[in-house]
Amino acid sequence: MKIKNKVPLIDQHDKFGLWGGKFGGNYIPETLKKPVMDLEILFSKLRKNKEFIKDRDKHFKQWVGAPTRFIKLENLTNHLNGGQIWAKVVSDANGGAHKIYNATVHCLIAKKAGKKFIVGDTGAGYAGKMLSMAAKKFGLKAKIFMGAKDIKRQKPNCDAMKKNGAEIVPVYSGSQTLIDAVSECMRYWVSNCDTTHMCVGSTVGPNIFVKICGWSTSQISRELKPQILKEFGKIPNKVKLYNCVGGGSSSFGFWNEFIDYKKSQVEFIGVEAGGPLKSKKHAAPLTNNSKLGVLHGAMQYVVQNKEGQIEETESISAGLDYSGVSPLHCFLRDSKRARYTSASDEAALKAYKLVTKYENLNPSLEPCHAFAVACAEAPKLKKNNILIINSCGDAIKDKKILKEKLGKY
Amino acid sequence: MKESLLKLAFKKCREEKRPALITYTVAGDNTKKKSLDIINAISKTVDICELGFPHNTPIADGGQIQTSTYRALKNGLKIEDVFYIAKKFKLANKHKPLILMGYYNIIFQMGENKFLKKCEQVKVDGLIVVDLPYPENQIFANKCKKKNINFIQLVSPTTSKERLKKIIRASHDMIYYISMLSTTGGKLKVSPKRILQNFKNIKNQNKSKNVVIGFGITESTISKLKSADGLVVGSSLCSEITRSINNRQDPITNVIRLVNKLKNKIL
Repeated sequence: MKIKNKVPLIDQHDKFGLWGGKFGGNYIPETLKKPVMDLEILFSKLRKNKEFIKDRDKHFKQWVGAPTRFIKLENLTNHLNGGQIWAKVVSDANGGAHKIYNATVHCLIAKKAGKKFIVGDTGAGYAGKMLSMAAKKFGLKAKIFMGAKDIKRQKPNCDAMKKNGAEIVPVYSGSQTLIDAVSECMRYWVSNCDTTHMCVGSTVGPNIFVKICGWSTSQISRELKPQILKEFGKIPNKVKLYNCVGGGSSSFGFWNEFIDYKKSQVEFIGVEAGGPLKSKKHAAPLTNNSKLGVLHGAMQYVVQNKEGQIEETESISAGLDYSGVSPLHCFLRDSKRARYTSASDEAALKAYKLVTKYENLNPSLEPCHAFAVACAEAPKLKKNNILIINSCGDAIKDKKILKEKLGKY
Repeated sequence: MKESLLKLAFKKCREEKRPALITYTVAGDNTKKKSLDIINAISKTVDICELGFPHNTPIADGGQIQTSTYRALKNGLKIEDVFYIAKKFKLANKHKPLILMGYYNIIFQMGENKFLKKCEQVKVDGLIVVDLPYPENQIFANKCKKKNINFIQLVSPTTSKERLKKIIRASHDMIYYISMLSTTGGKLKVSPKRILQNFKNIKNQNKSKNVVIGFGITESTISKLKSADGLVVGSSLCSEITRSINNRQDPITNVIRLVNKLKNKIL
């Protein structure tokens, strides 16, 4: 399995929508075939349309607040006394996480498609919060599907969604987390695809949703590349890009512009959620070699039993608590372009304590998984190694959990 | 392909000037034995039986079938059990067509070839795979054909004209028309007249294909659609089973009563 140079990764699929001949595709009910095809046609036109790009960039700049900061974490670097630690502070973006890029683009597309309603799924609540913000800005009516368990543990984001006028639909089926929210959202779209646009909250789902989301979050690396060039005068010889991976939207966007570089120069490290140390459950299909299977319309590595029933995952971080993973990451792993590992709940909490002790940064539990691995690897690396962590979310949403686990926030 | 039991079932119904009554229940709902007893009991009244093989992430099913699905899985139902139920059913009802219906991941995990071999062994007559649309299903559909198993293509109100032509060409004896934009068990939100118009459009392309209508078919809507070749009732039966369990009644008696009522409305 090989990645082509100079072709955007999102376009490296075959006529069935499969990356590497086996990941992704469109395993969807017949009813969704046409809306999916319509969306494919519309998106392929829009991404070549200069006006549309101008419009996107304007909103990214003026409303989302591009570019987000690229900063050196001096104290943390000194403390760990190894490679240099840097952060791309994507949580600077309006709303506090990378989910705003995908939400904004989906609302712009929905407007072009003439749809008045938009639906979306959410786990940590960021995708939902951003979609509610964007929907409000662009005059669309939003419905957000969210697992009942996640509603309880991510209250601040729920409050924000309601404030933005979105309707939160609690999902009580299955494990009552992100996986069920995505299923329920897809079911709603099956029934209402004539009037409603669907926004899938990550680089998962049928092929076109993976593409749109990846295209949107790539804003992160589009900003980062010139920022690195400005800081170092060139792309340094040893760059390591650490990112948490749930569905995989922030990591894909963080890496996209660097895919053509050699792995020895720009290395990608994806950190999945290992779950609690004491539990056998996890949300790390790539790290734990889960089998290939179909989830939410796409072929991917997915946590499942041998019969093909999708298994429940467990993670302290709602945003990573997903049984599957983007087909793009399956492709990046099997082509050996990216390396995947996992961090436990405990390691993520420890990383939160460490980062907040030394730096004026407040990463949510999701990027804390990436910090955990980066901080463990940094001491073993020389000073010319540039470790960049995508701090893709703000911890304010995790206030309750952090207070409970660490006794303070 | 030799004359299939499905084709014969439709022929017989046509002679009797009525649509085929097709029921859907979930294998293992609420136990392995009970679900077998249910289809055995209704087989005298029903023309074609659909048996769902449960998957815990069913993206096209509404609440009623989800409830049945989760109930079956909670009771420990495995894919081997589905084949066991199918085998027992076919042994007792040699001439009654049986269709297995479900999601692709279950087939994929078992392996397409192994799955089809199992189907052949227990004499399954047809397969519906909800999330394996045309043209993705071409290879699998051809494998089915080689084993004399009908692969049933689905068509929906959103299927374009050109696509419809291709799907009909690729179809075997039976085509399943989804009446409206909905998951299973939704309330019929399109007029029967309009559904039948769409049905005729499909039928007129190739009269030899048996086109059945499903989604939103209940006791109160079934008689309005009886000019179709067949009508599928699923969620109604699943909710009847749920209701029976909740009221501590025997699901078999209640499902038989419901199926008889449905049958009477299309005679």
